[in-house]
Amino acid sequence: MTEIVEEFRVRARSWLEATAAPRATGSLSPAEELDRARAFQAALFDAGLAGITWPAECGGQGLTQAHLLAFNEEAGDFDLPISPFLIGLGMCGPTLVDLGTSAQQARYLRPLLRGEEIWCQLFSEPGAGSDVASLQSKAVPDGDGWLLNGQKVWTTGAQYGDFGAVLARTDPEVPKHRGLTMFIVDMRAPGVTVRPLRVMTGAAPFNEVFFADVRIPADAVLGSVNEGWTAAVAMLGHERVSIGGAVQQSSNPLAFSSLVETARRHERNEDPVIRDELVGAYLRERALQLLNARLKQEANTGKAIGARGSVLKLVRALNAARAVDVAGMVAGSEAIAWTEGDTAAAALSMSITGAPGLAIAGGTNEVQRNILGDRVLGLPKEPQVDRDVPFRELRVGTQREI
Amino acid sequence: MRLVLDQEQEDLRALVREFLADQAPMTKVREVVDGKSGYDRELWRRMARDLGLTGLVIPEAYGGSGAGHVERSIVAEELGRALVPTPFLSSAVLMVDALLALDDVQAREELLPAVTVGDVVGTVAVSESCPSWHGETTTSARPDGDRWVLNGEKNLVIDGDIADVVLVYAITALGPGFFLVRGDADGLTRDPLVTLDATRPLARLSFSDTPARKLDSRDAAAAKSRIADLAAVALAAEQAGGLGRAMELAVDYAKVRVQFGRLIGSYQAVKHGCVDSYVDCELCTSVVRYAAWVADHRVDELPEAASLARAVVSPAYFGVAARTILLHGGIGYTWEYDAHLYYKRAKTSELLFGDPHEQRALLADRLGI
Repeated sequence: MTEIVEEFRVRARSWLEATAAPRATGSLSPAEELDRARAFQAALFDAGLAGITWPAECGGQGLTQAHLLAFNEEAGDFDLPISPFLIGLGMCGPTLVDLGTSAQQARYLRPLLRGEEIWCQLFSEPGAGSDVASLQSKAVPDGDGWLLNGQKVWTTGAQYGDFGAVLARTDPEVPKHRGLTMFIVDMRAPGVTVRPLRVMTGAAPFNEVFFADVRIPADAVLGSVNEGWTAAVAMLGHERVSIGGAVQQSSNPLAFSSLVETARRHERNEDPVIRDELVGAYLRERALQLLNARLKQEANTGKAIGARGSVLKLVRALNAARAVDVAGMVAGSEAIAWTEGDTAAAALSMSITGAPGLAIAGGTNEVQRNILGDRVLGLPKEPQVDRDVPFRELRVGTQREI
Repeated sequence: MRLVLDQEQEDLRALVREFLADQAPMTKVREVVDGKSGYDRELWRRMARDLGLTGLVIPEAYGGSGAGHVERSIVAEELGRALVPTPFLSSAVLMVDALLALDDVQAREELLPAVTVGDVVGTVAVSESCPSWHGETTTSARPDGDRWVLNGEKNLVIDGDIADVVLVYAITALGPGFFLVRGDADGLTRDPLVTLDATRPLARLSFSDTPARKLDSRDAAAAKSRIADLAAVALAAEQAGGLGRAMELAVDYAKVRVQFGRLIGSYQAVKHGCVDSYVDCELCTSVVRYAAWVADHRVDELPEAASLARAVVSPAYFGVAARTILLHGGIGYTWEYDAHLYYKRAKTSELLFGDPHEQRALLADRLGI
């Protein structure tokens, strides 16, 4: 008999209180973070709290969205070190549940859920970002398997990934969307090279991944051959695992409360212009919080968010850009130069340099607006000059190689 | 905190929308705008008597339905969408909230039941030299036998020229108070003003030893604040409704207008403009729902929520209305087309009771920055 939601919530809460740390600013090395994450995820799995909505036969708990929401609400008070697993849990895993063969599910789902194997997603390429369907990495038949060649970019977590869901071109004779296949690739296979990709924050959370004659076994097709686009759309459509929620962390230097604290610290909070700017930051942040809450409530009444979720992403990026302006006003010289060891200033700098990424990663602001315009408002689409053209004849990305 | 409507509330919205679409189409609004008539009294009576839309926050003891501010904000939103001129903001919001915030039982018994059947138009007069309700009050009241007399001037009084009763905020020797003035009182001069928004009649009222009855109140200044906050919640809802409709006008046009061989909605510049309005709509709806919920459930959080609602919605509505005109091109600029009506309603609403700048300064104080 299915555990009722409130009992599940109580169970989840007491486990979290016993196991998880309250929200903390950690300063562990990447290796230590990874160990901590693995230990946590294993414990979560062993406690029967991982894969809450996944079918039980896939290693999940077979419970409902309401159970998941209850868990997420309780988890919001804690610092769950699960970021290495977000792509596996939120994207690759659910797609394996949807489209994987029983052999694939049996092999991959339990280690994924338990944090024993880490997954990454390999779609974007230097020549295929917003237009990811025009990607050029290709897989050609080799014996009963495939040989993969090409390059991926922006791959989160590839530096410690065990497996990846990779999109490659398997038929260049048909229009771009129709000649793609999704494969499961072993990130430690011969021919796979991972190179860190440093971004303007100075950190390297992403990677370039090069495939040079990487052998892919026959049973590694996820979904069907040349049906990769359908699999990709399914994967992108899965809700981002929202453990911890999209709540603005107060430790975020661009959050309203942080901006006020910074203003006070520099004795700028009495200036009427600064006060007005701070109120502006509050209005933007609060309105987004309320929209987020409302959409969640609508989802709970059965009204799926769907493409409207793009509003959240768009507004978050726009808000961050405005918050950078306000941060500069209240932080003064600290925003541009600070003494070594000043962690607050370093954190502020990180969020100033990180803000542009919010407007690009996961679909640029313009792409989000296109999605909202076309799918939510029903506006006519822009004419597509490449939709029905065989890929071989297209002008794509940065190369013309066929 | 509930930000979604339940089935009953959704039904209320559908009912009001249908009613207004049927009984108050744009042609009726135009009649008022073009000066051919005042507000539709029959419509108002039906809204009150048949649909109970004016008594939503009035307790059942006074003939109301004792529903709440969420319900009232739904009605306000639909009225804002339809732009139909009615004395809703003056009579069903300002006057009702004033009577409930003050402690005068006689006034409540006299006026609240009449509001529920649409038999009285009332309003509240606070603004003087500027739209703000937090500015200086110079209108004075002094005792004169068994009544009081008022001297001074009130500006921007909503429906001030047609109101049967006006509740006037004035200063006495012992502090501020609210005074009930009959529309036909001696010494009262009512000047209907020329307005930017023809759907919202505003008047200047001049008092020269005008007889008035002082309304009982423990704290008139606190009552004024509460009335202002509740008005902010209702007005923000009305603005959000208008914002949504203005956005729809632009989206609908983008789906039919062809230039350079294709529908203009297929150009990113136009598409993204429509989306920016949609984003405003979603944010404002969320804020308005929150403010209305707070009005019903969290009395001490109301001032902050009210300021939040006005500060977010006011500039958003005007922005969307202006953008709607722009996205239409030339036709959006014509008198014949409806877009300018939303533009004017948006600008007026933005400034009534106090402009966003003041709302923001208030909020800065309330947030403890």
